[in-house]
Amino acid sequence: MLDDFMTRATLAGIGVACAAAPLGCFVVWRRMAYFGDATAHAAILGVALSLALELSIFSGALIVALIMAMTVTSLAGRGYAMDTLLGVMAHSALAFGLVAVSFLSGIRIDLMAYLFGDILAVSRTDLLVIWGGAALVVALIVWRWSALLASTLNEDLAYASGIDPKREQLILTMSLAITVAVAIKVVGVLLIAALLIIPAAAARVTARTPEAMAVTAAAIGTLSAIAGLRGAYVFDTPAGPSIVCVAAILFAVLNLKGWRGKGTA
Amino acid sequence: MTLITVTNLCVAYGANTVLRDVDLTLSSGEIVTIVGPNGSGKTSLLRAIIGATKPAAGQVQLSPRLKIGYVPQKLHIDQTLPITVARFLRLTERVPLSKCNEALNAAGVPDLLDRQMTQLSGGQFQRVLLARALINTPDVLLLDEATQGLDQPGSASFYRQIEMVREQTGCAILMISHDLHVVMSASDRVVCLNGHVCCQGSPAVVASAPEYRALFGAGTGGALALYRHDHDHHHGPSQKAAE
Repeated sequence: MLDDFMTRATLAGIGVACAAAPLGCFVVWRRMAYFGDATAHAAILGVALSLALELSIFSGALIVALIMAMTVTSLAGRGYAMDTLLGVMAHSALAFGLVAVSFLSGIRIDLMAYLFGDILAVSRTDLLVIWGGAALVVALIVWRWSALLASTLNEDLAYASGIDPKREQLILTMSLAITVAVAIKVVGVLLIAALLIIPAAAARVTARTPEAMAVTAAAIGTLSAIAGLRGAYVFDTPAGPSIVCVAAILFAVLNLKGWRGKGTA
Repeated sequence: MTLITVTNLCVAYGANTVLRDVDLTLSSGEIVTIVGPNGSGKTSLLRAIIGATKPAAGQVQLSPRLKIGYVPQKLHIDQTLPITVARFLRLTERVPLSKCNEALNAAGVPDLLDRQMTQLSGGQFQRVLLARALINTPDVLLLDEATQGLDQPGSASFYRQIEMVREQTGCAILMISHDLHVVMSASDRVVCLNGHVCCQGSPAVVASAPEYRALFGAGTGGALALYRHDHDHHHGPSQKAAE
């Protein structure tokens, strides 16, 4: 079954969507929508490093993404808003990444490949990395769910219940870093960022509890991956963007239905 | 029995010392109110007690296995976060729904379980926060200006609810308040804070203390008398208190 490249692509898409869904909810709730972009840009620096140091792309991207996650977490709350911090980190990481790439004489890397990835070229090993990473991230989030939710709602409330919101924030940013790192080579950083935000935003329309929103987001992400790849096959369109298009259409449809249901915006 | 002991507590943010040499004790069943002007370190004191702020010096001792119910000053729930009252009440404690109903009843807002938190009125929201704090039958209830944003009858009835909670559960209450008038009558002890403890004692003692008068003026002394009667009715804008 795994011999078929379409099957492997679909499974890779579902894996990323399932890890991205609960993370995306926290990203939306905490208003850190730029985190996906910032980590993605940082990962470009990781790609350059891994080529220079002859590491695997996965390790390079993971190291840089983790460093960025920890830097953002330790700087947060020192007079900067999250979006400002992410902006600083994203642009400087990208700039350093591009400068670092220029030092690599004799190697040409196609940065576009890492922005958009190539989900149709997913190998069995890639699938293993994606599903391993996704399982780790989902397990981490399920384990810390209540504590993460309490920290997101109100830090003092978390402290009073014996939860350390700083630690929970670190767990969240590290999960995001892992997700970006496992998915960068195959699906590209733009697709990860899209799969973080759009399904979670679409799920908000119908959900009444945080858990329902996370599960709905996973379903919307999965549906987008399946329908997007099917569409890409039928209409001969680029695979990654087609997945994002389906997610965006689902977002629009759910919102239109939501408006009509309530009668008001 | 002493539940909370604060000794020589100093809290500083960078070079800015907001609390110095604060001593405070809270015993079971007591209602203690902290009053003080803006920036006097009231919230920092509560945050130090819950462990959200590390003391620069001194210490906060909680009795072993102390269960704290905390009602924050303001809680903003982002519109993007769907959460029902029932889910919010069980945020950190896996309790059965029957206990949620009990807590809502104790907080004076029954039948809200299925409502979205973001659709509650200000008064309902504060009472749901109170219900959440009550859910694990705490030994101590910490309230940080829990009536902010409520009108006077609203906050008066909120404080009556707090007194009822104390009567029913026997939990100690440590609260910060701006509503000098309403609060003073309900407290066993009032602590007047302005970076340090200016004075403390029974409401009547504090209200007549020169340090308190220096901070709040003599006018509020009259308000204490005014609000000592049972507030079981509503009346117009309280010019008497303002005078």
